Amino acid sequence: MTSTEPLLDVRDLSVTFTRKGGPTVRAVDGVSFTVRPGETVSLVGESGSGKSVTSLAVMGLLPRRGVQVGGQVLFDGDDLLTLPRDRLRDIRGRDIAMVFQDPMSSLNPVVPIGVQVTEVLERHQDLHGEKARAAAADLLARVGIPDPTRRLKEYPHQLSGGMRQRALIAMALACQPRLLIADEPTTALDVTIQAQIIELLKELVQDTGAALVLITHDLGIVAGLCDTVHVMYSGRVVESAGRRELFARPRHPYTGGLLGSVPRLDAPRGAPLHPIPGSPTDVLRWDRGCAFAPRCQNRVDACTEGPPPLESYAGRSLRCLNPLTESEEVSA
Amino acid sequence: MSDDDVLLSVRGLEVHFPIRSGILIERQIGSVKAVDGVDLDIPRGATVGLVGESGCGKSTLGRAILRLVEPTAGTVTFDGTDLHNLAGEDLRRMRRQLQMVFQDPMASLNPRQNVQSVLSEPLRAHGIGGDHAARVRELLDVVGLPASAANRYPHEFSGGQRQRIGIARAIALEPQLIVADEPVSALDVSIQAQVVNLLEELQDRLGLTYLVIAHDLAVVRHIADVVAVMYLGGLVEQAPSDDLYATPLHPYTKALMSAVPIPDPEVEDTRQRILLQGDLPSPADPPAGCRFHTRCPFRQPTRCADERPALRTVPGHPEAHTVACHWAEEIEAGRIRPDAAAVVAPNPQHASDPAA
Ligand SMILES: Nc1ncnc2c1ncn2[C@@H]1O[C@H](COP(=O)(O)OP(=O)(O)OP(=O)(O)O)[C@@H](O)[C@H]1O
Ligand SMILES: Nc1ncnc2c1ncn2[C@@H]1O[C@H](COP(=O)(O)OP(=O)(O)O)[C@@H](O)[C@H]1O
Ligand code: SF4
Ligand code: SF4
Ligand SMILES: [Mg+2]
Ligand SMILES: [Mg+2]
Repeated sequence: MTSTEPLLDVRDLSVTFTRKGGPTVRAVDGVSFTVRPGETVSLVGESGSGKSVTSLAVMGLLPRRGVQVGGQVLFDGDDLLTLPRDRLRDIRGRDIAMVFQDPMSSLNPVVPIGVQVTEVLERHQDLHGEKARAAAADLLARVGIPDPTRRLKEYPHQLSGGMRQRALIAMALACQPRLLIADEPTTALDVTIQAQIIELLKELVQDTGAALVLITHDLGIVAGLCDTVHVMYSGRVVESAGRRELFARPRHPYTGGLLGSVPRLDAPRGAPLHPIPGSPTDVLRWDRGCAFAPRCQNRVDACTEGPPPLESYAGRSLRCLNPLTESEEVSA
Repeated sequence: MSDDDVLLSVRGLEVHFPIRSGILIERQIGSVKAVDGVDLDIPRGATVGLVGESGCGKSTLGRAILRLVEPTAGTVTFDGTDLHNLAGEDLRRMRRQLQMVFQDPMASLNPRQNVQSVLSEPLRAHGIGGDHAARVRELLDVVGLPASAANRYPHEFSGGQRQRIGIARAIALEPQLIVADEPVSALDVSIQAQVVNLLEELQDRLGLTYLVIAHDLAVVRHIADVVAVMYLGGLVEQAPSDDLYATPLHPYTKALMSAVPIPDPEVEDTRQRILLQGDLPSPADPPAGCRFHTRCPFRQPTRCADERPALRTVPGHPEAHTVACHWAEEIEAGRIRPDAAAVVAPNPQHASDPAA
């Protein structure tokens, strides 16, 4: 299903925001992961954990001022962080596409949908005129937009949120990207529409062998769609594993806490929820210890004496000094 | 169910918003039928969950129950009193019994009011005497906030803490019924569970009755005794939670439930999904007949497009389980099957690949 050479190889990525007079915020702090063709990799975590900043850094979409980016983002061997702007723009248009939570932000509000989709087709597939228009209608139909010929003439505000998201995915399909980065692509949508979009993403990966990076806070989506999962907390990856291993045996107390917090549709009524105490804003700075320590029920003294290292074993990476054991996982 | 056990009863409720056009002389050119004929009973001490897609009319129904929006037709009876007939002092006294918790706690709190003032305001408004500071400390304690929170302002709290303040405000007047509109959907996963647990604990302690509006079926599954499913202004199915989740009878309920992802790869890989086509039609121009027929994968050539089904019981299911579908029996028996194009088989790639 997947070849062994990574298409995207993110190494030790860090992003620091500095504001005049304000504190320095290290939003992403030494994040590494790889994505192979045909593979779906997911970044999960709560708000503020650094998922979006990671994806923007990979795409080179962060503002230049007040932002320092460190590490490497290797795409097919080229470091996107040091590539000249025009080469980066080429790759971004041709090989990498991105879908955001708010599709409105990526669509031009004053240009009809049809023109926006045909533009992409003209640029990437060298189709023109009537041919491009027919191909655009085809694409809209493929992503499940009813009455595509009429929709092509409409402006983004005339479409519902779900339809706008599908139009955006249609444009992503038009580029035939090798890598698609989707940041909370269904968070603003209803579950019935979400299910349609998830199916589309699955098809894209299966039919074209594209690699997919999916950013979400929804563990249910991860469970059904991803091959590899990276759990982020406060700017760092705290646990990575294949989705089956991760869900069957969460080792990091934060991963276990997340799984214990989500109600399940198939759980018996009254099955207790086990929330994580405190809030994601109660964090320790990583240089002083484990950021999760203020909320962690497994905390030991060493946790607040220095940053726990990310250790890899048996296909899993874990950043924790006192991980969950088999018996604790059950209660988590 | 005897009338005594029903705290709130809604009959034939309609809320239509006029659509106007014209600049100088406004003309009404149509109406948005946000709520269009709803019957609902909320048993005393129970939690009723109201689910459905965005725009289907859940919030409007909740607001009409509290008379925050005037119904176009129908009645809302609270504890034996028709709310529509109340005015002035009587209405104000009744309002104490009915409170609301909102989705976005920040938007519902005044940023320049500290928590002490937020929580004592309902006490002042209803002319309740006594030691307000002591009552505020007690309220904060009940929702799990420190007494020191009283002197702080909304922006100094996290989302979950702000929702606790919203809940404290709602219970300040010791109401009987709380309408909670998406109380946890703006919160992070780990915080959602805290607030869900708090709502349940308060119900046990204070004997509250809840109407919980949520688009997240798993949250509703967890919290509700009775679940009502809404589609385009009307209820399509209503049942005790266990019955609804074990045997959903309405095609829309089936599709909705099959669309909810479950955080368990084993389950996800072996599930069959029913995918709906397209979006919710406009409530300004709802389809004739069964409102769901334009998207229903079980649609039949007769009745569906021209006869609006009413909620009814189905043999073999409890009296309290009602469904608005002409073909519920045939669908349950498997004699009517969904359109093959709408059915998504279990994920073939993952299911056949144990190493994945
Ligand atoms: N004041 C109003 N004027 C006109 N139309 C309205 C008004 N309030 C609501 N509507 C419309 O009524 C319908 C139902 O709205 P409502 O807010 O109840 O939906 P909902 O189920 O709560 O959706 P969401 O989950 O998005 O909040 C929608 O089509 C909405 O646009
Ligand atoms: N432009 C910015 N300036 C300063 N801080 C920022 C900026 N963008 C994001 N951050 C901070 O970076 C952290 C991670 O943000 P983000 O990646 O958006 O989180 P999420 O996981 O919700 O996508 C947060 O603490 C956020 O406040
Ligand atoms: S390192 Fe310590 S504080 Fe951090 S998650 Fe592990 S046990 Fe908890
Ligand atoms: S009445 Fe017809 S269209 Fe409506 S839900 Fe039943 S089968 Fe579907
Ligand atoms: Mg984000
Ligand atoms: Mg609403």
